[in-house]
Amino acid sequence: MEFIVAPFIIALLASVLALIISLLDKKVNNYGDVEININSGKKVLDVKGGDKLLTTLSSQGIFIPSACGGKGSCGACKCEVLTDVGPVLPTEKPYLSAEEIDKNIRLSCQIKVKKNLDLFIPEELFNAKEFSGIVEEINDLTYDIKEVIVSIGEESIEFVSGRYIQLVVPPYGKIKESTQRAYSISSKPSEKNKVAMLIRLIPGGIATTWVHNYMKVGEKLKLIGPFGDFEKSDSKSTMVCIAGGSGMAPFKSMFHDMLEKGETNREVWYFFGARTKKDLFLLEEFREIEKKWTNFHFIPALSAPLPEDNWDGEKGLITDVLDKYLNTKIDPSKHREGFLCGSPGMIGACNNILNHNGIKDIFYDNFS
Amino acid sequence: MAPDINPLVLLFASIFTSNILLANFLGMCSFISISKDMDSANGLGMSVTAVLTITTAINWVVYKFILIPFDLLYLRFIVFIIIIAATVQVLEMVIDRFSPALYLALGIFLPLITVNCAILGVALFMEIRGYSFIQSLVFAFGSGLGWWLAIVSLAAIQKKVLKAPVPEGLKGAGITLITIGFMAMAFIGFSGMLVVQ
Repeated sequence: MEFIVAPFIIALLASVLALIISLLDKKVNNYGDVEININSGKKVLDVKGGDKLLTTLSSQGIFIPSACGGKGSCGACKCEVLTDVGPVLPTEKPYLSAEEIDKNIRLSCQIKVKKNLDLFIPEELFNAKEFSGIVEEINDLTYDIKEVIVSIGEESIEFVSGRYIQLVVPPYGKIKESTQRAYSISSKPSEKNKVAMLIRLIPGGIATTWVHNYMKVGEKLKLIGPFGDFEKSDSKSTMVCIAGGSGMAPFKSMFHDMLEKGETNREVWYFFGARTKKDLFLLEEFREIEKKWTNFHFIPALSAPLPEDNWDGEKGLITDVLDKYLNTKIDPSKHREGFLCGSPGMIGACNNILNHNGIKDIFYDNFS
Repeated sequence: MAPDINPLVLLFASIFTSNILLANFLGMCSFISISKDMDSANGLGMSVTAVLTITTAINWVVYKFILIPFDLLYLRFIVFIIIIAATVQVLEMVIDRFSPALYLALGIFLPLITVNCAILGVALFMEIRGYSFIQSLVFAFGSGLGWWLAIVSLAAIQKKVLKAPVPEGLKGAGITLITIGFMAMAFIGFSGMLVVQ
């Protein structure tokens, strides 16, 4: 008899507990219909209360960027909550600065929707959508950087060069949970049914390991975006652009876009820093752009070229090369603007050099 | 038969001489990771005490009236764990709804506690030692207080340690474990004065 009794008792216990939880969830966790008012009436959503703000918004098609997928471990999903929703939670504190707390910035993945809310979110987030894509091409650019081209089929994506997109990484191998990671879009805005990204393998990285070792052509995946505020300025200033590694992506998109739109009167200096020749990629592509666009100058620099590289281009740290060009080649009488994309260390160092040379308008896309 | 121990003695014993954390080393992970900040340590201690008392009461009833009559003692681990997980879930929902202030202080720690081994440990001790309902309740409440006391003391000591010249290699978890060792010695110094079983 025992072999029937034991499972029966366990099942009974579990069902009673499950019943209690679901009844309570219905009763206690039911906050009724709630109105979310975004940007003083620009968008008004009628939703069911009880869920986290991040998931409530995404179920309504508004995607606040989030790298960790709502676990409260990345701090990306910040948004301004104008209604009083109680004090800042200990789980939010590590990700908010004192000024942000003063401005009522909260982590949308930690706040529960319990009553009518007034929010402020950057308008362009309304543009962000979830796209279902199919991996069309995976190209090796260097030994550790791959270009991934995703076709989004009939859908079309509207974005400005410099924006990034969130790649949804499904569970794979030993990784049991889905995560999201942000990558700059390297394709042109005019290619509306494609999204390309340059992804560098980070040893132990969840997303990059998946892309490099597991992703196959034809695989289905999800993308959420576009997000970000990195873009070229509207001025006629000389653009001094500096990138390293996969920081190439936004510039690749930007220069092709400018070339296509005929904005070739503008002077562009594009510095790309790498260690050795095997870290360089897309050289021919930028040499081609140089041919079509007389004011475009591409300066790849190697910090530690090997003898077999036969490198006759610029040598030295990208900061030194940049400093040399700013002093000798890039006309200081014209207004100059800096655009940076790369590791926080590189951005910091180049920022100093630009400041030192009197360049004050600096835009950057920091990835860490 | 329940052992013949005065509940009051059991309460003090479980707080001091046989502290669940420092004498039995249960509930270590959250003890080490959440003890850096006094407010969080306090909140976590409070929620451990609450969850311990409530789940032990429910576990005792289930143990006495379901597991023993049906001779299902070998299933106690699974049953206790299911009950703890469900109780924590229910508590979190109720507190979130009815007391935002309490939720802020303790609710956010509740999910952490589901996997706190001190909770399961107390349920199993109660069963091994054959405590009566009142004894179990007092033992659970005392163990919770003891855990709370230990984590708050550790948080206080950590504050001092932060300013002390700790050797590079010992910073972080290393010095914390050494501190816990000293604390354990201090608590165990009183063992034998009070008996728990």
